[in-house]
Amino acid sequence: MFLEIKDLSVKIENKNILKSLNLNINKGEVHAIMGPNGSGKSTLANVLAGKEDYEILNGKINFKDNDLFDLNIEERAQEGMFLAFQYPVEIPGVNITPFLHSAINSKRKRMNEEEIDNLSFAKLLKSKASDLGINIDMLKRSVNTGFSGGEKKRYEILQMSILNPDLAILDETDSGLDIDALKIVTDGVNKLKTKDNSFLIITHYQKLLDYIKPDYVHVMVNGSIVKSGGSEIAAEIEKDGFQKFQ
Amino acid sequence: MNSETLNTLDSYSKNKYKYGFVTDIDEEKPKKGLNEDIIKFISLKKNEPEWMLEWRLKAFSKWKKMKEPKWANLSFPEIDYQDIYYYSAPKGFEKKPKDLSEVDPKLIETYNKLGIPLEEQKVLAGVAVDVVFDSVSVATTYKSELEKLGIIFSSIGEAIQKHPDLIKKYLGSVIPAGDHSFSALNSAVFTDGSFVYIPEGVKCPMELSTYFRINAENTGQFERTLIIADKGSYVSYLEGCTAPKRDDNQLHAANVELIALEDAEIKYSTVQNWYPGDEEGKGGIYNFVTKRGLCAGKNSKISWTQVETGSAITWKYPSCILKGDNSIGEFYSVAITNNFQQADTGTKMTHIGKNTKSKIISKGISLGRSQNTYRGEVSFLRKAEKARNYTQCDSLLVGNQCGAHTVPYIDSKNNTAVIEHEASTSKINEDQLYYCRQRGLSHEEAVSLIVNGFCKQVLQELPMEFAVEAQKLVSISLEGSVG
Repeated sequence: MFLEIKDLSVKIENKNILKSLNLNINKGEVHAIMGPNGSGKSTLANVLAGKEDYEILNGKINFKDNDLFDLNIEERAQEGMFLAFQYPVEIPGVNITPFLHSAINSKRKRMNEEEIDNLSFAKLLKSKASDLGINIDMLKRSVNTGFSGGEKKRYEILQMSILNPDLAILDETDSGLDIDALKIVTDGVNKLKTKDNSFLIITHYQKLLDYIKPDYVHVMVNGSIVKSGGSEIAAEIEKDGFQKFQ
Repeated sequence: MNSETLNTLDSYSKNKYKYGFVTDIDEEKPKKGLNEDIIKFISLKKNEPEWMLEWRLKAFSKWKKMKEPKWANLSFPEIDYQDIYYYSAPKGFEKKPKDLSEVDPKLIETYNKLGIPLEEQKVLAGVAVDVVFDSVSVATTYKSELEKLGIIFSSIGEAIQKHPDLIKKYLGSVIPAGDHSFSALNSAVFTDGSFVYIPEGVKCPMELSTYFRINAENTGQFERTLIIADKGSYVSYLEGCTAPKRDDNQLHAANVELIALEDAEIKYSTVQNWYPGDEEGKGGIYNFVTKRGLCAGKNSKISWTQVETGSAITWKYPSCILKGDNSIGEFYSVAITNNFQQADTGTKMTHIGKNTKSKIISKGISLGRSQNTYRGEVSFLRKAEKARNYTQCDSLLVGNQCGAHTVPYIDSKNNTAVIEHEASTSKINEDQLYYCRQRGLSHEEAVSLIVNGFCKQVLQELPMEFAVEAQKLVSISLEGSVG
């Protein structure tokens, strides 16, 4: 099993957020999680990435034959987990190019692969950026600093395509994007998709799923997955909302 | 702040000061204590002319009547001036060695260990270095190349003998001996330091640099540096410093004077890495430094850049007197304090001439239980028509037990002056750390990246050869001695 979440219960500040959640993702699959605000979707993403504010009450997560809770944030990332943030944070003064260069090399180090040198990295970055319609000038700026909402999301996808993760979690990547930006972002995701990597797409709206075709759609309400199925569920939600699942 | 961050910060504060070794060398030291005899001794050792001794004694009589300035946000036990050695030199240094064959190999080895090779074949490319060990100058590289251009780069002791006219004219002209007690003390007992004169119209083709090393125990280092840039000339000068780890505090009270004549430019950079004391606050250098530049001529420019990572106490305000019309003063500073370090640093910009401009960028980073204060004074005199100042002070706090303070004074006697001031204080942000780590960077790498990003505006002002070094020093400071 590639990713296996078993009976996961999580709380933060005395509030139970996830309740006995189960989810299995195989290699090469695209899963979408849909749910109303406050259902625990982002908590799930952050628990997977290893954010420390949460208390794990119960459950197990297996990721590529590792007990996920044995790995810290950076080890999970180096093992191939990538989280595209809902609100990417600004890091003034830290230039994108060396930032991503260190990131890719820390992953290669863990995988016992040779580090990539400056020149080859610059080439790689340029070609990936142009694939995503990202202006070269943007690569001279500090991480997320002064970016518009759309630029930030596009830049998340650029990082994802550079780091080429085994599991990419997209947390509400569609929020705040106009249709053009949404197309670019989803194009990026579709280009990256292979039979060896998996996607977990968290979204509030069905719109995103017009562009990325999921193999499975899960409805999350009140901290648990209440229904799973194919893309027909997304259409159902589009029509009737989340009401009937609650 | 979560537990992992605290753990990392804790591991940072374990002291890893890598310059803390002691060179085992026979040193000549007269008795401890400050009196006329020791001043006469120093003057005699330096083979100084009579007028220099008189100058020193005059400063000493001023010092006796003065008290230490007390306005800084620093606390430390009273300095016992009678419990300090005022002169210490490796034996046989009555005369400066002619070449390296006359220098004790242990000394050469010391500088090799510090990354400052002195042998001709290994000297740093593009940088001329004067190295000062305790009270004496050991060697100056690239001297003859510079002489061809008429540039004088020597120890101040040598300049007193060879260029008395320049010394008499300029020494103490920017920092009068009686300015405050530390300048009086330095004027009385200064031992060595560097002297630079750039003749009219000459752009100095390489970086000039002095490396100060305190080795001997209980010894004060009082260096004196004087840089004169004649009309239309340019020089970039760098200063670096280290000292061994010792449990006692040691005093360092330097005076640095810069003079830029018409159309001249001086760029002065410091990377200060004196021993900061251990994680309990024991030991470390007391660094009381007076640095002042005079933009004497029209269109002249003086720019100070400092990276302050060391010392138990830093008391330092590199300043500019903008006398010439259209002259420019700049101050770029990064000060990192950790453990029990205290820094009170900033600048003074005095606008006298018309259209004078000054710019202040200060970045303070506090870790551990340290206290970091920016103190600045910008004043506009009556005739400073259309003068401008821009000040930006940013503080970054890492952890919960440190402090950052900003104390800006502004005094304007001319209503055409334009003054801009921006200040910010922030904490290292858990979300930024999370973001970096989610991309696969370790916690330490992430902190170092964020802090370096915070300092970037200042670090990029350093000469190329040293910008990388300084960046490394900032990282080392975070991982080891300073934070």
